[in-house]
Amino acid sequence: METSLLVFLLISLAKVIVVVVILLMAVAYTVLLERKLVGRIQNRWGPSRVGPFGLLQPLVDGAKLFLKEDMMPTAVYRPLYILAPMIALGCALTSIAVIPFGADIRWHGVQLFEIADVNIGLLIVLGVTSIGVYGIALSGWSSNNKYSLLGALRASAQVVSYELALGLSLIGVVMRASSLRLRDIVNVQGTHGLISWNFFGGFQFVAFFIYLMAAYAETNRSPFDLPEAESELTAGYHTEYSSMKFAMFFMAEYANMITVSCVATLLFFGGWTSPFGHLFDGVIGGTVANALLPIFWFVAKVFGFLFLYIWVRGTLPRFRYDQLMGFGWKFLVPVAIANIVVTSFCMGLWLPVH
Amino acid sequence: MHLALFFIFGALCLAGALNLLLQRHPINSALSLIVVMSSLAVLYLLLGAEFLAAAQVIVYSGAIMVLFTFVIMLLNAGKEERTRGSKLAYIAGFPGAAALLSLLTFMFLSHQGEFARARIGEYVVTTSELSRMLFTDLLLPFEVTSVLILIAILGAVALARKEH
Repeated sequence: METSLLVFLLISLAKVIVVVVILLMAVAYTVLLERKLVGRIQNRWGPSRVGPFGLLQPLVDGAKLFLKEDMMPTAVYRPLYILAPMIALGCALTSIAVIPFGADIRWHGVQLFEIADVNIGLLIVLGVTSIGVYGIALSGWSSNNKYSLLGALRASAQVVSYELALGLSLIGVVMRASSLRLRDIVNVQGTHGLISWNFFGGFQFVAFFIYLMAAYAETNRSPFDLPEAESELTAGYHTEYSSMKFAMFFMAEYANMITVSCVATLLFFGGWTSPFGHLFDGVIGGTVANALLPIFWFVAKVFGFLFLYIWVRGTLPRFRYDQLMGFGWKFLVPVAIANIVVTSFCMGLWLPVH
Repeated sequence: MHLALFFIFGALCLAGALNLLLQRHPINSALSLIVVMSSLAVLYLLLGAEFLAAAQVIVYSGAIMVLFTFVIMLLNAGKEERTRGSKLAYIAGFPGAAALLSLLTFMFLSHQGEFARARIGEYVVTTSELSRMLFTDLLLPFEVTSVLILIAILGAVALARKEH
């Protein structure tokens, strides 16, 4: 069916709005989840006063950040100081555009559960993440503050180093799917449920752990949160920021966490496919169930990864800077290369050449 | 659609390049260079070179330019001082540039028929096609290039190494 440009644009616009709204809500509630869980880990309640179980806390926090005075320190380099949080948040929100959330269901010839289905989806995620470094780097430099600058330098060095391990860890998965399109990568894993996921059946668990650690470092999360180590650098690159500009950095960090969790789900844990394969296909029928059940699985897996993020943050101490660099370059990169060699060797040995 | 994108990003690319030359602060120049490289990536994408576009963004805008900005930040480079420029540049620069441009234009126009044509948005080279090409027909140049880069890395390590 031929899709007219107008229909395509309208549906795409609707998809963008829905996804961005859901993503921002998810960001707000991930913050709440983190505060609650870290509270439990530290043997306290976490936010519990606003609304039932503290569920309205994110709304109140948002209102507070909106209403706070937007301070503009006198010594900053103004254009970049304003631009930096926009770059950070913009890149964090852009990379969600290529993530497929559910099965291939089309309406008027336009995919419903993915904003843009592109051939090089995986590379786009990597590219947008690599541009996101500038948000942090420029914020630190333009703040004209030594703590900010040190935080920004740490962040950019860390992100550039770990991006290498991250990219190398993905190659095994790409080889198995022989495609960079995220939808193809999921479809390869969708045949027999759990045992055909890349993590289990694809024997990519080494790659998964490398990806996980590199992704924690990419998003500047604990135990790699050196750029904002509060005991050394006050707050790192966003020391001089206040009000909405600070909130934009905060939102960017959590949006990045969500994107990274989505990518981990898609690449290693079968995306929206059910862990039971086609075992229970006939039990719940109907078009609506067939459309919504994949989304349920996807969200459940992403939630699992976010939970892991917070769990790690609550339990592990921070790295020292030289340990961080040594770990990235001397451990993760060689292991990732070994994984590529072993995977391609096994594929060449056992899989038919086409 | 493709033509509109081409004009937008072509203009952005030129504006970035001009801004790169005109800005006095090195960090602004570096950022303009990022704009130039990213718009070039979009132009590659319009010509159907998906992988090249992504690699351009990841490698050039994402990694190499980060190191540029890194160095500028660490050196805390201030505004550059404008000089009057050398006399030679004033006398020979503009005629030289004009001569080069007219020579190029003349060559392109006179050999127009011999060039293969690529139309914007005409076809897409998928990554698998590209890699098949790289690892079969162009294997030797590809490997030689990688050795060349390896030599450069070794040279950098040798220069940066402290003698014990």
